[in-house]
Amino acid sequence: MRRVVITGQGTINALGADVAATKRAMAEGRCGIGELEMRDLDRLAVRIGGQIKDYDPEALFNRQQISLYDRFTQFTLIAAREAIAQSGLEFSGDLAARSGVVLGTSGGGMQTLDENYRTVYEDGKNRVHPFVVPKLMNNAAASHVSMEFNLKGPSFTVATACSSSNHAMGQAFWMIRSGMCDVMVTGGSESMLCFGGMKAWEGLRVMSKDGCRPFSATRNGMVQGEGAAVFVFETLERAKARGAEILAEVVGFAMTSDAADIVMPSKQGAARAMAGALKDAGLNREDVGYINAHGTGTAANDKVECAAVADVFGHHADALMISSTKSMHGHLIGGTGAVEALACIMALTDGVIAPTIGYEEPDPECALDVVPNEAREARVTAVLSNAFAFGGLNAVLAFRAAP
Amino acid sequence: MTDTIDKRVIAILAEQAVIEPEDVRRDATLDDLGIDSLGLVESIFAIEEEFDIQVPFNANEPQNSPFDISSVETIIAAVKTLMAEQR
Repeated sequence: MRRVVITGQGTINALGADVAATKRAMAEGRCGIGELEMRDLDRLAVRIGGQIKDYDPEALFNRQQISLYDRFTQFTLIAAREAIAQSGLEFSGDLAARSGVVLGTSGGGMQTLDENYRTVYEDGKNRVHPFVVPKLMNNAAASHVSMEFNLKGPSFTVATACSSSNHAMGQAFWMIRSGMCDVMVTGGSESMLCFGGMKAWEGLRVMSKDGCRPFSATRNGMVQGEGAAVFVFETLERAKARGAEILAEVVGFAMTSDAADIVMPSKQGAARAMAGALKDAGLNREDVGYINAHGTGTAANDKVECAAVADVFGHHADALMISSTKSMHGHLIGGTGAVEALACIMALTDGVIAPTIGYEEPDPECALDVVPNEAREARVTAVLSNAFAFGGLNAVLAFRAAP
Repeated sequence: MTDTIDKRVIAILAEQAVIEPEDVRRDATLDDLGIDSLGLVESIFAIEEEFDIQVPFNANEPQNSPFDISSVETIIAAVKTLMAEQR
């Protein structure tokens, strides 16, 4: 089996408009969550989120592109441009044919959907812009990445709610490892911070009105974020041959289904996914120094996740670090695993463990080292990234320091 | 009128529990009725729609909610309080 490495990363999220800014914010334990800016805010009960502010699409895209790119597509392209530029790859000929795009998103073009529902239902208009369909479709972002960079191999979008990005990156990893492709552009994006998106989440009564405090006894729910992160995965052999800088190695992936409840998490499902990723990676549990938690800040997720970690890692659960960066960038739903992979790579390349901020009070049901409030310097050689979606679909990735 | 509010709340809970309204005891808990967390959120939505009120409730900290869900009786009382407050 071929080994797979990461040679490029890019992002835009509430913490920063690129990887450097995001890493800086994570290392400083800065919070990107604040008061939302959107139409009809006064009709919302939950008014906070990890929203990207001071965003100027006109500086990055021309008029024609903007008429075709929903916000989630714009975020994806911004992240993809940064990642591919870092990788130094250009796609043509055989390489283009053996390279593709697998991205995660849950809602796809939610902003487009929201705006145009307003047009027909609220404003009573009988006509919408001709590009509504190509703008809102879930695969729009993956398709535009393939077009901008000439990626002609397998491309598709994965939608598994909060696990979408991890499922996407897992597919990209396995596609390269098995020999199906040589280079994959992968990650995920979400832009659900619109009136309809917020209202839908409000209805479920799991959102916090005042902040995301994962693992803290005082946590009272999740906070939504938005943005994207994109990575370039390629074979170790190719990266070495062309002298590319290797950020980290992707070593394992596993996915499981709870087959139990549409919203409540399952300890067994989460534990099987973590154990599966270790097995796929050929890692011993003692090798893992850090876990980027799913850590949504809901009562149910955080205690179930900690119990699952304790089950899988035994005594080692007390030695490893586990943090939820959602406390800083919010929950990017289908894009969240991608932004969280940045924290995993930062741990491996910089020796900086991103903290769980907003931590106020220990919860005996979350009695692990959650790296509270302040980033920590530590040398780790292998890390996991957890994602556990509504619908009981779990996806865990394992990364190792560059060989 | 009061009688009607009681009956309307009980009807909502009975529908959620898939039992007859006559079989909903006033001291029954949601557990007794077999209403789980999703069923509770759905019942609260139905109550808000039925009585045109806002029910403050966060599923992460039901114990901190001013909307007391410990029994059918307390839910009815909470609805009446909210109706008086939000009139």
